[in-house]
Amino acid sequence: MIATLARSKRLAQQPPVSRNAGDKRYRILETQMKRHQFKQDALIEVLHKAQELFGFLDNDLMTFVAQQLKLPPSRVFGVATFYHFFNLKPKGAHSCVVCMGTACYVKGADKVVAALERYAGIRAGDTTPDGKFSLATARCIGACGIAPAVVYDGVVTARQTPETSLAMVKGWLEHGS
Amino acid sequence: MAAKTLTIDGQMISAEENQTVLQAARDHDIPIPTLCHLEGVADVGACRLCLVEIAGTPKLLPACVTRVAEGMVVTTNSERLRNYRRMILELLFAERNHPCAVCVSNGHCELQALAMNHGMDHVRFEYRHPRLELDLSHRLFGMDHNRCILCSRCVRVCWTIEGAGTKSVAGRGAASRIVTDLNQPWGESTTCTACGKCVQSCPTGALFYKGATVGEMQRDRDKLEYIVTAREKQQWIV
Ligand code: SF4
Ligand code: FES
Ligand code: FES
Repeated sequence: MIATLARSKRLAQQPPVSRNAGDKRYRILETQMKRHQFKQDALIEVLHKAQELFGFLDNDLMTFVAQQLKLPPSRVFGVATFYHFFNLKPKGAHSCVVCMGTACYVKGADKVVAALERYAGIRAGDTTPDGKFSLATARCIGACGIAPAVVYDGVVTARQTPETSLAMVKGWLEHGS
Repeated sequence: MAAKTLTIDGQMISAEENQTVLQAARDHDIPIPTLCHLEGVADVGACRLCLVEIAGTPKLLPACVTRVAEGMVVTTNSERLRNYRRMILELLFAERNHPCAVCVSNGHCELQALAMNHGMDHVRFEYRHPRLELDLSHRLFGMDHNRCILCSRCVRVCWTIEGAGTKSVAGRGAASRIVTDLNQPWGESTTCTACGKCVQSCPTGALFYKGATVGEMQRDRDKLEYIVTAREKQQWIV
């Protein structure tokens, strides 16, 4: 009785690979895993590739990785949430990463974060409900000489203040550029 | 197996070469407080309550993951250690919500017992009072994250004794949480075998049988040791 129950539960959870048979990105990801011989300790590299391909890691994708590497889902989730680098939700159209490393912090990065949080109405690590803007923080991006450093859509920018960062983000959000 | 001779609290003892300081001390009835250590499960040194002083190193070392060595001189109970242990306990109380009077584990809680043994009559740190969720989706068990001290015992029994890998620690720092599978409600987990070993392992009132009310949650730790001995030594000691 119990055995039947457990079985039907498993069957209900279709492997995402068959659901997404048409999506080429899954095949690219699989090739990447093959390159690592489906080794379980390649999990981080595989998640990197997955995020590069899909932009973020959703449950289907993490389940797929878990199944292919024969790992329990909880391990994949644990690793994906431990590193700030991985996103579990889609990133906004524009993104801003404020460095909160020691040098940047001393030069006032916390004030930049506070100003942006207040303006966008979200906490660092989140995306606005309209999907337009994501705010994140990082630990020392290796640009201490130009502290406080902020990365706007992938471009490292020197010596930011609450004013300069607000101007930048307002430009994105209010003029749709 | 080669034996090592060492001194713990002034007492000369001999221990097997790959024993930990904790095992050697316990074999000789020298008490060292622990919280994340669970007999039969791999140690991770997460709680730091078992810190001891070892002559020749300025650092305090966790007894549960430090191996014995020839000629080692260990102190398990100094003023400095008592101060740190008390501080660690206070920090644990301040981090989440532990109102003992309404907890299912009241009277059977390892955290509470340690606090009493260490004369912790108040907490010097500001309580964080996080609002954490309560997962009652499993048909047999419940989990109250407010009581969790992140010792990871449940994770380790789930991985190494049951082998299901259902639970894991997610996130980092103060935002860490115990999760099931991909953070879905426990009741929807596809890997949980409902064996209850995690419930047996929990030192606080974080994991409990559904239906247990204040002070009712008693655990049977011997069951875990029974299984481990049976698996490893093929001995069923009832
Ligand atoms: S639920 Fe209990 S056993 Fe698991 S980490 Fe929290 S306190 Fe430890
Ligand atoms: S601290 Fe910001 S770049 Fe190093
Ligand atoms: S028992 Fe040694 S660190 Fe927790």
